[in-house]
Amino acid sequence: MLRYTINRVLLTIPTLLGVAVLVFFMLRIVPGDIVEVKLRGDGGAVTQETIEMERHRLGLDKPLMIQFKDWMVGVVTFNYGISMWTERPVMEEIAIRLELSLEVAILATLIAILFAIPLGTTAALYRDTWIDYLMRIVTIGGISIPAFWFGMLIMLSLLAAFNWLPPITFTPIYEDPVANLTQLIWPAAAVGYRYCAVTARMIRSSLLEVLNEDYIRTARAKGVQEKLVISRHALRNALLPAITVIALEFTFLIGGLVVTEQVFNLNGIGQLFVQSVTRNDFTLIQGMVMLIAAFYVFVNLAVDLLYAVFDPRIRYT
Amino acid sequence: MTIAVPDSSVIETAPQPRSAIAEFVRQQPLGTVSLFIIVVMMFAGVASELVAPYDPLAINFTSIMSAPSWTHWCGTDAYGRDICSRLIYGSRTALVIGFTSSFIGSSIGAVLGIASAYFGGRIDSWIQRVMDVLLAFPIIVLALVVVAAFGKLLVGDIDLNLIIAIAIPIVPRVARVVRAAAFSVRVMPYVDAARAAGYSHTRIIFRHMAPNVVAPYLIMLTAFIAQAILAEASLSFLGLGVQEPTAAWGLMLSGNASDFYRQAPWLILFPGVAISLAVFAFNLFGDSLRDFLDPRFKV
Amino acid sequence: MESRRTTLKKMAGAFALGASGLSLETMRAEAQSPKKGGTLTYAMSAETPHYDGHGSDTFATIQFSAPFYSTLLKFDLDKYPNVTGDLAQSYTVSPDKLSYTFKLHPNVKFHDGAPCTSADVKATYDRLRNPPQGVVSTRKATFADIASIETPDPLTVVFKLKGVNAAILQHFGSPWNFIYSAKDLEKDPNWPKTHINGTGAFTFVEHVKGSHVAGKRNESYFKKGLPYLDGFKGVFFLQAATMLNALQGGQVQAEFRSISEPEKQRLIQTMGDKIRIQESSWTLNLLVCFNVEKKPFDDARVRRALVMAIDRWGGSKGLGQISTLRSVGGVLRPGYPLATPEAELVKLPGFSKDIAKSRAEAKKILADAGLKDLKFTLHNRSIAQPYTPAGVFLVDQWRQIGVTVENKQQETAPYLAGLNSGNYDVAIDFSNLFMDDPSLALSKYLSIDRSPDNRSRSKDPELDKLYDAQMRELDPKKRQALIQAFEKRLFEQAYQQPLLWWYRMVPTHKTVMGWRMSPSHNLGQDLSDVWLNT
Repeated sequence: MLRYTINRVLLTIPTLLGVAVLVFFMLRIVPGDIVEVKLRGDGGAVTQETIEMERHRLGLDKPLMIQFKDWMVGVVTFNYGISMWTERPVMEEIAIRLELSLEVAILATLIAILFAIPLGTTAALYRDTWIDYLMRIVTIGGISIPAFWFGMLIMLSLLAAFNWLPPITFTPIYEDPVANLTQLIWPAAAVGYRYCAVTARMIRSSLLEVLNEDYIRTARAKGVQEKLVISRHALRNALLPAITVIALEFTFLIGGLVVTEQVFNLNGIGQLFVQSVTRNDFTLIQGMVMLIAAFYVFVNLAVDLLYAVFDPRIRYT
Repeated sequence: MTIAVPDSSVIETAPQPRSAIAEFVRQQPLGTVSLFIIVVMMFAGVASELVAPYDPLAINFTSIMSAPSWTHWCGTDAYGRDICSRLIYGSRTALVIGFTSSFIGSSIGAVLGIASAYFGGRIDSWIQRVMDVLLAFPIIVLALVVVAAFGKLLVGDIDLNLIIAIAIPIVPRVARVVRAAAFSVRVMPYVDAARAAGYSHTRIIFRHMAPNVVAPYLIMLTAFIAQAILAEASLSFLGLGVQEPTAAWGLMLSGNASDFYRQAPWLILFPGVAISLAVFAFNLFGDSLRDFLDPRFKV
Repeated sequence: MESRRTTLKKMAGAFALGASGLSLETMRAEAQSPKKGGTLTYAMSAETPHYDGHGSDTFATIQFSAPFYSTLLKFDLDKYPNVTGDLAQSYTVSPDKLSYTFKLHPNVKFHDGAPCTSADVKATYDRLRNPPQGVVSTRKATFADIASIETPDPLTVVFKLKGVNAAILQHFGSPWNFIYSAKDLEKDPNWPKTHINGTGAFTFVEHVKGSHVAGKRNESYFKKGLPYLDGFKGVFFLQAATMLNALQGGQVQAEFRSISEPEKQRLIQTMGDKIRIQESSWTLNLLVCFNVEKKPFDDARVRRALVMAIDRWGGSKGLGQISTLRSVGGVLRPGYPLATPEAELVKLPGFSKDIAKSRAEAKKILADAGLKDLKFTLHNRSIAQPYTPAGVFLVDQWRQIGVTVENKQQETAPYLAGLNSGNYDVAIDFSNLFMDDPSLALSKYLSIDRSPDNRSRSKDPELDKLYDAQMRELDPKKRQALIQAFEKRLFEQAYQQPLLWWYRMVPTHKTVMGWRMSPSHNLGQDLSDVWLNT
């Protein structure tokens, strides 16, 4: 297990370095000078002198390879430079918004798991009955309906039905859990729907597969209670693929958040990302892409390790 | 997660096309429904000029936001343009971007996946490392970076950069699955035989291995059309994709559309339904295709 | 409410209402004595990149920073465009109009406790007119006429001018020119970009990036009894739709920039008499702008044909229902006394009410020029209101004379970069003025070597001559004639031409009192006499 863990952890390093290289060079082939675009975009008369000064301040007057070295050193030491728009450190800008987005992501995952297990299990147990069909319609809806549209519908229904909307400014959960949850539960539901649907479908199909396995038949033959068969034996094994799905779908969750935060006016990572794209804030874009990619890599690492704990075969292959 | 590989017999004994469709319809009623939706969409997209009752761009300030009626089936928008016609033209935008980006992404992914499996060793591990890197980008995030970095490259009404942006994240996802499928074909005796006979790598890859990964390729292709349509809609919604006055579904939901939810709920209802229906159809069709081509194959 | 709304309806056609047209209800409110206390929460549709008004051109900085600062003078919105004292208790102008003397309020304190004296005013205006290395002052040119600033005693400032400048008092009342502390500027000339230390009615509490700004009552504010509010909170909204939801749901009580007609309708429908909408024409317009350095737009006939195809009167009616665009006008705000009356305006190219005839003529001109299948891209900004409707409208208008146009909307930075560097064919440009003064409004159309703001890159000595003449002309009648001559020449050459003027509609909950409407969204945002009637 230790060997596997070390190997798996080491494998994340080339991935993260690759991401850093890709991001850097992608934003360097921008047509035109990014500083000029940014300064002219701010309005007012821009002199060549101001442009040079700004380039110097952002370190963009150095040769490309030196810049690349600085960026890579920055990546390793978590120093992503300063935002071109707000002139504050990139890490600071991200840190302000991280808590909110993280909480929505966690809430969405919890919602997904909470609903997916009973949904998937009942559908598998009542296979090909109306319960199963109903569940399939609900889950197919989850996969097909865009999270941002679903979010719009949630907001407008709240407004139409109760003339009420969730709070607009963020309160940390440790300060006021009620205010916090009344704000974040809605976006979490909007992005969690898809998550839940995919997981439920996976649980259903893997449960059906497991239920045909010999050991389940043995357990049943031994006269073990059906409830126990499901909860002790079948579900436990069926959950493994579900964990993989949760990891794979994590990117969708982030993607969904980027758009959905706009709908709910949430001051999160997604909104910051869209803003930095519209403002051509290249240093901030660099930092955020790095962060999102790192997040994905670590979630997958965690899931792989978790998987290895549950399923010993993996460690040895 | 088991990835079984379709053995060559599936392809070889594949029935004649006409009866294959009949068989599909018989076996997959839900798949047939989705196929029907797709065909309707494609027809609307290809023959928009003939199908659409109105010019999708014609502004008519005298009939702003009129409710659905016999003259305007889906009502009109804030500019008095016919929503039904805009949805029909919008299906063209969605299909062109969805198809091309998914096709480009899946094809490159499939080639890389087969190459990875065929050559193995160092080439395999290099390709896999690169795929790992690409896999770390969510579709929307990568697309937004491309939009920020390259802006738009318009050819007609279609933004080539947008297509590339959506295609790139599809590559690693397809490459992984195809590689797994191709691996088991690679150890088949006939591949060794072809090698022994001195055939070129290209010939072996395209002639002998590719046909055996057609099933997973087709399934992924269809499923990613759904993703691409969704990505395009999201980008247009954010104002970073297709632009007014071009008809596109995501765009129809953006801006002030939801302001009108009281006076004109159809403004946000129909485009949302159209996106959902298209994504639904391609997802479901992909599923049914999987069940039909090989019941054991799971994505 | 009813009476005001019907009055408004009656007046809407005439576009005659300036800020004074809607003060009926405000006057009634003033009759009540203001109540103290409460926190005002308002929506802002953009977040300022920094706090420094001197280097800013956007309302985002004003709506964020103005409550924390004082200016030397400020606009008296009940008597717009007159100015009145803010930090200055009184002022005198010398008979030769070359010397302006300001007496400051005594006992004014910065938020950090230090007293505010004439030295601080001098330091502020030195920074504005002659910014040190690395400091951006957008108003450097405006104050180029100042020869020297003297401070005979701590409460007196004397500005000596190089020449007569009729608009200088209004510039002293400009909302951007926050008075900073000399001590702060000495420490770091860029200090106000990232810190707040003013003499305004509110002290800074917090700025949560991406979320909101908050302030609380300045207990030692120099105007006795003010402010009424305990504090305020300005919340940022990126999507107009979420802002409107919040207004309707009651999370915010006001949005001081503007909403559009359908948004107004929705608020009135859902909130009934809980919401108050104040309206005014706006000192903002969108322009159609041709790059005269690009073929075929170097040809005046082509430009004129293209503007003649635009049905402004129909567009005003249509776009007025769905966007913030509304009024048809020339180079001055419709409703402003010196603006060209409608009867004269319709004679100019692009303003004809007989659109069929106008379009036929346009088609013929293009055919004669051999440009029957003209195709070009329209350089536009990707902001939903009102740039998208304007783009959609123009594409449709030009389609009707057989011209194919692609609407290319770009983010603000590349959009402005493209405009300023002349890298476009035809563009939608904007003119954002904080007051009506014709010298300010007309400067955009001067030859490019005189006005970097002229994005059409035209050079026209005749226009420059007319501009200088109107600036020196003191007789309003004669001045108006000169302005009309300027307008006629400009529209015949059609380098650039106002498409439509914006129309301002500010929604506030009925509980918000004491806030004053004006034709500019940059004025009247210090919140010092706003109160809540709860």
